Amino acid sequence: MFIIFVVNYRSYYMSPRPLRLRKISNPPIISGFKPYGNKRAGKTPEIIFLKYEEYESLRLCDHEMLNHHQASLIMDVSRPTLTRIYARARQKIAESFVFGKQIIIEGGKVYFDSEWFSCRACGCFFNNPEKQNKINECPLCRSKDFENCNDVMDEDDEFTFRCSDMCICPECGHEQPHNFGKPCMAEICPECGHSMVRKGTPHNKKLIKNKRYENSYNKHRKQFGK
Amino acid sequence: MKIAITSTGNNLESKLDQRFGRCSFFVIYDTETGGMEYIPNPNKEAQEGAGPASVQVVASRDVKKIISGEFGIKIKSLLDSLKIQMIVLKEPEKSINEIIKMLNK
Repeated sequence: MFIIFVVNYRSYYMSPRPLRLRKISNPPIISGFKPYGNKRAGKTPEIIFLKYEEYESLRLCDHEMLNHHQASLIMDVSRPTLTRIYARARQKIAESFVFGKQIIIEGGKVYFDSEWFSCRACGCFFNNPEKQNKINECPLCRSKDFENCNDVMDEDDEFTFRCSDMCICPECGHEQPHNFGKPCMAEICPECGHSMVRKGTPHNKKLIKNKRYENSYNKHRKQFGK
Repeated sequence: MKIAITSTGNNLESKLDQRFGRCSFFVIYDTETGGMEYIPNPNKEAQEGAGPASVQVVASRDVKKIISGEFGIKIKSLLDSLKIQMIVLKEPEKSINEIIKMLNK
């Protein structure tokens, strides 16, 4: 009894970190799916709620065929978070298939990415928060002379298909950009032939520090003949 | 429809404030009735989190558009989820009177 109280108290006291808002490019064109031809009973199917972010992760990973890293950059969350969202999406869809449940796409902590426009008449920039309604005029000066300025995204494109991580050699400290889809362990250092590790992860930091220390110790020993 | 404009002072002649979170005053302009309201910004001297707190002040007045010089990185996703339109006007010399005239054109 006492332990339960402590756990409850702790979970009340230490509130979790607030969720990061997930970015959704476009709302889905349908609001759900209904099963048909249930052989068991004639009652109405149970409902399962698929969140918007889960729909988006499924769209990016399975329809656009992006990997989790690229999808996470588009949704503006971390890679592990995206993997969790994606796993939940697949689990829910499997459940609805197995038990013949109805899927409703709804909810989730998301925002819809808005388009930006610039007006040539008054020089202002504005966005369109509601995708359903098309913008016909500048909201400030009512002129029809405006253009879409979402071309800025193209610059980021190269970045989303490339990982900014580095591989580092624990032996000699040689660094090179990480190749997408190839494990760092499979990379061979061109200078000393040792297999490389990912730079910056806490475990590897420790490893590299130990190696450096060892190397300098050996050097020191050689120099002074001890 | 209500529109919020960030202002440096509490009269019609004052200039547009180039910041959103730490502006001096919010002018809430009602396009249907032509009514105006000046709200002093409580987050002007805030150390951090001025943007989201200001969004709360403005959103509680049921505003649909915000005119300002610049919006911070925390605010964009917040305003997108609240479906409030952002209008960025990089003209610090424009007065509130001129902007309202543009809106009524």
